[in-house]
Amino acid sequence: MDILDILISASFWTAAIRIASPLIFAALGELICERAGVLNLGIEGIMVVGAFAGWLTVYLGGGLWFGVAVAMLSGMAFGLLHATLTVPFGLSQHVVGLGITLLATSLTYYCYRLALPSVTSPPKIEAFQPYEVPFLSDIPLIGEAVFSQTPLTYLAFVLAVVVSITLYRTPLGLAVRAAGENPAAVAAQGLSVTGIRMGAVMVGSGLMAVGGAFLTMSAFNSFFFEMVNGRGWICIALVVFGSWKPGKTLLGAVLFAAFDALQIRVQQTPLGADIPYQIFLMAPYILSILALVIMSRRAQVPAALMVPFNKGER
Amino acid sequence: MTNHKEAQVVLRLDNITKRFGSLTANDAISFDLAQGEVIALLGENGAGKTTLMNILFGHYTADEGRVEVFGQALPPGNPRAALAAGVGMVHQHFTLADNMTVLENIVLGTAPLWKLGFGKAAARRRILALVQDYGLQVDPDAQVGSLTVGERQRVEILKALYRDARILILDEPTAVLTPQETDDLFATMRKAVALGLSVIFISHKLHEVTAISNRVVVLRHGKLVAEARTADTDKHILAQMMVGEEVAPPSVRAANPGDVLIALDQVSTPDRGSAPGLKSVNLNLRAGQIIGLAGVSGNGQAALADLIGGLIAPASGSLRIHDAAPKSWTPRAALAAGIARIPEDRHKTGTIADFDLTENAVLELYTKPPFSTKGWMHWQAARDFTQTVIEGYDVRCPGPDTRIRLLSGGNMQKLILGRVLETTPEVVLANQPVRGLDIGALTYVHEQLLAARDRGAAVLLISEDLDEVTALSDVIHVISEGRLSPGFERGALSTTELGVWMAGHGFEEEGGSHAA
Amino acid sequence: MRLEPVANPTLTRQLGLPALALLCTVVIASLLAMIAGAQPFSVLGLIVKGAFGSKFAALETLNRATPLIFTGLAVAVAFRAQLWNIGAEAQLYMGAVVTVVLGTGALSWPAFALLPTIAIAAMLAGAVALLVPTFLKTRFGVDEVVTTLLLNFVVLLWVSMLLEGALKDPMGLGWPKSARLIAEARLPRIMDGLRLHWGFGLALISALVVWVIQRRTTLGYEMRAVGLNAEAARFAGIPVNAVLIKTALLSGGLAALAGFSEVAGLKGNLTLDISPGFGYTGIIVAMLALLNPLGVVVAALFVAGIFVGADSMSRAAGVPTYLADIMLAFALLLMVLAIMLTKFRVRRS
Repeated sequence: MDILDILISASFWTAAIRIASPLIFAALGELICERAGVLNLGIEGIMVVGAFAGWLTVYLGGGLWFGVAVAMLSGMAFGLLHATLTVPFGLSQHVVGLGITLLATSLTYYCYRLALPSVTSPPKIEAFQPYEVPFLSDIPLIGEAVFSQTPLTYLAFVLAVVVSITLYRTPLGLAVRAAGENPAAVAAQGLSVTGIRMGAVMVGSGLMAVGGAFLTMSAFNSFFFEMVNGRGWICIALVVFGSWKPGKTLLGAVLFAAFDALQIRVQQTPLGADIPYQIFLMAPYILSILALVIMSRRAQVPAALMVPFNKGER
Repeated sequence: MTNHKEAQVVLRLDNITKRFGSLTANDAISFDLAQGEVIALLGENGAGKTTLMNILFGHYTADEGRVEVFGQALPPGNPRAALAAGVGMVHQHFTLADNMTVLENIVLGTAPLWKLGFGKAAARRRILALVQDYGLQVDPDAQVGSLTVGERQRVEILKALYRDARILILDEPTAVLTPQETDDLFATMRKAVALGLSVIFISHKLHEVTAISNRVVVLRHGKLVAEARTADTDKHILAQMMVGEEVAPPSVRAANPGDVLIALDQVSTPDRGSAPGLKSVNLNLRAGQIIGLAGVSGNGQAALADLIGGLIAPASGSLRIHDAAPKSWTPRAALAAGIARIPEDRHKTGTIADFDLTENAVLELYTKPPFSTKGWMHWQAARDFTQTVIEGYDVRCPGPDTRIRLLSGGNMQKLILGRVLETTPEVVLANQPVRGLDIGALTYVHEQLLAARDRGAAVLLISEDLDEVTALSDVIHVISEGRLSPGFERGALSTTELGVWMAGHGFEEEGGSHAA
Repeated sequence: MRLEPVANPTLTRQLGLPALALLCTVVIASLLAMIAGAQPFSVLGLIVKGAFGSKFAALETLNRATPLIFTGLAVAVAFRAQLWNIGAEAQLYMGAVVTVVLGTGALSWPAFALLPTIAIAAMLAGAVALLVPTFLKTRFGVDEVVTTLLLNFVVLLWVSMLLEGALKDPMGLGWPKSARLIAEARLPRIMDGLRLHWGFGLALISALVVWVIQRRTTLGYEMRAVGLNAEAARFAGIPVNAVLIKTALLSGGLAALAGFSEVAGLKGNLTLDISPGFGYTGIIVAMLALLNPLGVVVAALFVAGIFVGADSMSRAAGVPTYLADIMLAFALLLMVLAIMLTKFRVRRS
């Protein structure tokens, strides 16, 4: 099959958009944190927690949407821990973030081992099923690619719009952007920098967890170790690539996912058979690094990113 | 103007005390502000003015005492309550988000956070009305990052007015303005008073205080030491009240200029964001002379300081040291050329807070013996050198092993001074050398600069305080938007004439600028 | 709330708060063990016994500590200069690959010449692996946290490729593993009969060397200055980018020694699971040591003890081994909090 044939096949784009969905959730979550001035390196671990919490809820008999809510809440709990240490206490966001990733990951694996002491192959759950949007799904190509996805995918795209509107068109969004640019401006207008930043980190972490939950509840339908596999780190690169703007970040996630879907398909072509499969697996990570290099000059970093705010400072 | 004794009291500070560790920043301060009154809050750096205003505004909580606005006690530590009660504050360091528009900065925090949308059209109408009423010209849709300092200040005032402030607190508002812009600000203040507002104006510039205020409140070392009607005082009395003793202006001996040590010929440097670079600048630094650089902050002073200090090289034009072009131009090349550099920000660029005094003292010297040989540090030599500086420059500290973070600004500056002057430099670059220092440290620094000049060093003094520049400089250049005026001998121009240059007039017809 | 600097922290404060942090970690671990249905105190006892309870256990802990000392030093050196090297894992594998390439017969030199050659070559490979992100940081301003993290995945996949291709052991029955090192390329044991190799000795020497570099040399002084305040360092004439590159060389080289020591000292060949995250654990070791090179040795022993102890505890008490990672994560977070609170006091504003 020719690469061009792949690119115009609906199944390819269906896969691309499915692969993009968890990245959109998590990258939007990271974007919210960073727009408020907090780099959240806990993302990788929080995605693991979300993946597990959502899956476990459904496995234990909870509803699918209830599972998403549980995932989100557990992500927010780790967000609260992250925010408490980095915002009022002003600890290094690098160290705390990595610590949260380690803590979230190991706690999840610990709980998994406790919940399922002796399973060899991880049990599957009844996950979200594709929902064909009436009429729209009948459009050739686009209908199959975009409008025959699971509800969580639709939610991801809607969320990008919501985040964008909130950031640029509401008083809350103004406050979040100002907190990431100059927290003193927020404090001088009688708002609490601590409150806004902690809130942003919690909401952002909740979204990261939903991104993780997508993996277990809408893609792989079961939980296994190492399933997040660096997606969190890629989302951090996506936020930079998207210049901290929701629309561009979403676009970056889709482009990235399209490339990922492409490499999976090229692997199965005669051309791909001659190349070690590891090369294809490396491609997303190398692509992320290249994206960072290309965008580094143009990106407008929030000025107060990683700068703690302490109003008593003299 | 209204007689304040009969007017309604709008603000009452009662027995305010605030301690930071062992330091008492405010010691039982009480005074009233009446409707339609302008009070000048006068005091040296570190006298406690800003702390007091931060308590009033709710950024800090007082340890004792209370604040009443329109007869109601303000809940402590709550800026929101202060804003709601009608207190508006224009901070010394602007509190604006550069990535947002003027309008967005103004409406930030005025609507409930959970509201959908923030009523842009209505907000714009209100802002334009305020712009009209108070003469605060600024475009509501401009990105704040692209505004000049004067415009940013107007945005800050608009922020307060947009919230219906009845009491306006202006913290050192004139520090960043040209004399003409200061006049505009005063016009705005008079309009505000005419519309029924009351103003607290914080300053340490006496001529401004006498020009605008009805009453003066003087703080010294955290205590309220005097309160008087402005009409009953004069600059001399105020100066004495502020400092607590007679201040002798630095006794300036006649200069004895020698050879040109550094010559800039048609030098330009790139702009940096909103800060202009240098534009075809000509400047000669001569031995035995203090050259003062006057100008409103952000007009290219940083570029000139970085150029002389070796942090940037000319993009065009030539820089010559002893009439020879340096091969490369780096901080180390500048140091090797005998240029001593006192940086603008002693906390950020001058010292490393978590290094001890020794490690800070050798920061520019460690590469050479006796401090190191072949990559090995000799800490004993470094400690001995530090001890010499501590003793020679009166640095008050527990010892050379103290982290410099624990020193006061004045002692930190003395260590920097010692570090650079101990090498008997040929050129001294002093960028804002006394900013934030108390009168004792200030006088000391000025004396050292004069002594360096008398020894034969060329001194370049960069300051935003015009009084400081005129008092010390043998020759004054004015910088505006990166252009440099010709040099003016001491006393050649009046303050007003300097102000005209500072506002950017007088440059055009000459095309470039002039040698001293 | 507001944080107020403490001018002269008392000794009680300086020691008490970190001790409290460790105590909290132990309490949390006990609670988690209880959830798993075990006796909390017996679990802790089993961990200590499993780590240091016998000569065999103690030697196992020292062996486990060896790579952690190297990666801990790598991280400590880099973090000291604010170079956020999260890529010690990749640098470790680079060192391991070079060890295998040179040590499986390509060079047939006597051990006294071969071992130092391999060690230096390994260090160079690790240095190069960190040089790329460092260059991207100094040249383009790309955050090295993300690039070093992403490169970990790339390098691991590359190693996987090599083990299924160029470096695959023809006698390996299809397993992705390399051929075994020749005898001259193996690090000897410190004492006959003891299962402890000279990699441990090399780790201790490295810690001492790093300590001397940081305290006694101009380079160490420059690295600390750049880390504490790059702007002031640049103003003072310290070539910040050059210092960062030298730091990267040192840091990457140290991490690579972990790979060299694991292959040449312990395993004898290269497999994909040669490091169970030693590179990442190095971050915890470095932070617990407060970035002090000599402290790294102590912290590495502590961390290795928890891992080794948790393995044996898990077999005995049925509590998942992940308890070790949880304890370390809490120890890390609580320790950075405690260290901050030794310097600052929490006050109401």
